[in-house]
Amino acid sequence: MDLHQIVFGVYPYLCIATFVLGSWIRFDHEQYTWKSDSSQLLSKNGMRLASNFFHIGVIAIFFGHFVGLLTPHSVFTALGVSDMAHQGIAILAGAIFGLLALIGGLGLWLRRLFNKRVRAASRWMDINILGWILLTLMMGLSTLPFSVGHAEHGDATIMLRLAEWVQSVVTLQPNPELLRHVDTVYKMHLFLGMSVFLFFPFTRLVHIWSAPVGYLFRAYQIVRAKRAV
Amino acid sequence: MKVRAQFAFVFNLDKCIGCHTCSVTCKNVWSNRKGVEYAWFNNVESKPGIGYPKQWENQEIWRGGWELKNGKLQLKSGSKLDRLLNIFANPDLPEIDDYYEPFTFDYAHLQNAPLSEAAPTARPVSQITGERMEKITWGPNWEDDLAGEFAKRSQDQNMRNLEKAIYGKFENTFHMYLPRICNHCLNPACVASCPSGSLYKREEDGIVLVDQDKCRGWRMCISSCPYKKVFYNWESGKAEKCIGCYPRVESGMPTICSESCVGRIRYNGIMLYDADKIEALASTPNEQDLYQAQLDIFLDPNDPEVIAAARRDGIQEDWIIAAQKSPIYKMAVDWKIAFPMHPEFRTLPMVWYVPPLSPVQSAIDQGLLPTEADGCIPRADTLRLPLKYLANLFTAGKEEPVRTALNRMIAMRSYMRSIHVEGVANVEVLNNAGITEDIAKEMYRYMAIANYEDRFVIPTGHEEVRLDDFHAFQGQNGFTFGNDSSPGISPNSLFPERRRESVESLQQAPAADEL
Repeated sequence: MDLHQIVFGVYPYLCIATFVLGSWIRFDHEQYTWKSDSSQLLSKNGMRLASNFFHIGVIAIFFGHFVGLLTPHSVFTALGVSDMAHQGIAILAGAIFGLLALIGGLGLWLRRLFNKRVRAASRWMDINILGWILLTLMMGLSTLPFSVGHAEHGDATIMLRLAEWVQSVVTLQPNPELLRHVDTVYKMHLFLGMSVFLFFPFTRLVHIWSAPVGYLFRAYQIVRAKRAV
Repeated sequence: MKVRAQFAFVFNLDKCIGCHTCSVTCKNVWSNRKGVEYAWFNNVESKPGIGYPKQWENQEIWRGGWELKNGKLQLKSGSKLDRLLNIFANPDLPEIDDYYEPFTFDYAHLQNAPLSEAAPTARPVSQITGERMEKITWGPNWEDDLAGEFAKRSQDQNMRNLEKAIYGKFENTFHMYLPRICNHCLNPACVASCPSGSLYKREEDGIVLVDQDKCRGWRMCISSCPYKKVFYNWESGKAEKCIGCYPRVESGMPTICSESCVGRIRYNGIMLYDADKIEALASTPNEQDLYQAQLDIFLDPNDPEVIAAARRDGIQEDWIIAAQKSPIYKMAVDWKIAFPMHPEFRTLPMVWYVPPLSPVQSAIDQGLLPTEADGCIPRADTLRLPLKYLANLFTAGKEEPVRTALNRMIAMRSYMRSIHVEGVANVEVLNNAGITEDIAKEMYRYMAIANYEDRFVIPTGHEEVRLDDFHAFQGQNGFTFGNDSSPGISPNSLFPERRRESVESLQQAPAADEL
């Protein structure tokens, strides 16, 4: 087994297992640390723009990847989405939201490094994880010229192979050979991206699990009783 | 009818001397920790003033509390969807400088400094960054006793429809203290705005708490509380607030701020109210009617029907008795001398205030003020504090209830004076104010004497309703088998470390024998 097979055949499972079990253990044992860890109180300057850009960009990218990579090819075919159309949408949406997230993320990262109050309240993992996400973003954006090149030649095979690999991982039949001859930049992006899941439970990212969608459907007031009512 | 009990307060501003003992005891007990150095669950403001945090009463800035939208009650900060769309950066959140940057001083320098011409000074150090601060520009009580210029403090929201020019003159200056804690509202906006549902009202006593494990730091409560009494702990990333000293209250003790009050201005007691009426009454169209609406929500604890309903709704017998003896009920409902602060925020606050009289003895002696028949005690309308100002604070601008309250307090004084000084009870003043001799005597007992057992009528909590075998838990209060109060012992924990030490000057002064 060579390094390639370890990174794309074994490492994904290490990341997924840590992501799931780590989150579970932290939620169970350290709920007090389960939070968004906002530093807005210490400095509002530029937060509105940077934080919104970053979050909207990242959320859009996450769901873009989720749908684009995990939807079986047959479904796209059945829906009448051609491979080239798929690739076109991926490139366009990736570029827009990737840039949005990068601009916002850079703003947040610089604020975290150079705003004295925010820096003082930061833990080293806060700085690291944001930096890591920015690296992943930059590497992801660096794949764009390659993808555009493929698209110009009417070639969607790389994209399809990437999707096929992701599906091979989630169906527990990992096939690292699919990525053997893919450009290095894609592999780098994949490695950085998978690692985000590895670090996830040990960072503030856990707040993503708690996205408060339920708020929309609950009554305004909450009353708790000691006795069983 | 759904009967609920509420642990409620009255603060008698007529006797507040602005000593801040309440603030200090509260701080020492509850917020003496990293991340909440700036947070005062109890603070005392000098009014008029913009307060703490700056301009907290101005909801055009913070969008706290509720408003009526097409006749329906909605958070002033917007719909639920609006809140979620703004979750990445709450546009209404105050910044730490709106409170103040917490500071300490390098005190040891005073003793460690080498001999020099000039006296050494202890310089301020930021408790956030640990760095030296050039200058402290704001603090928790920066406007103490009308410090600062009139132009600034007259931005007080309660001055908005007053003739500011008149009160800017030295001779017309007026001043009062306003101690503030969480109002433990019946219709709390903080609870309603919490996306994760971590804030809640306790059914038994109505104390509003933040579930620290469930709070995710979305910080909507901070801006939605119109009184700015939910604070963001910047270290733990959680919301924290006045907990109504529930561990004390459950044991029948008053809150620490009330217990330690030097002027004996604070009253703790139980109020019964009809929880079914909350939404309807908080939606009262005219905001000047909200004071009356809140009076209407309270239930008479001596009414047999109410008692039966209270029993049906699980309220314990000793709580019903406490509600009957409640000093809050007497002052708010029987005598109508206490008022909720800013009822127009529509949260139905449960800390009520007796407005302050502001007698001006020397002006009376010189015959400058019209007085009651006794020639000693001034009339409500001629007091130094403009009635309009008090009405803006307590009744959304409606002057009549406040005037009546002040006149009753004056009548009580006049009546007691007639007994003690003239030796003949002057009942006429009482008739004019619409109170009886019995009420006047009781008001005197509760407000002037203010015995401990009259001020604090607090039934103990009933843990047995929660625990099957409550004897098995005896003596375990304060201990835990979990990690909730532990700083963690492993220096290499993968999960975020818990930093507990606040920034304090580490430099030590020399021991006495080294000097």
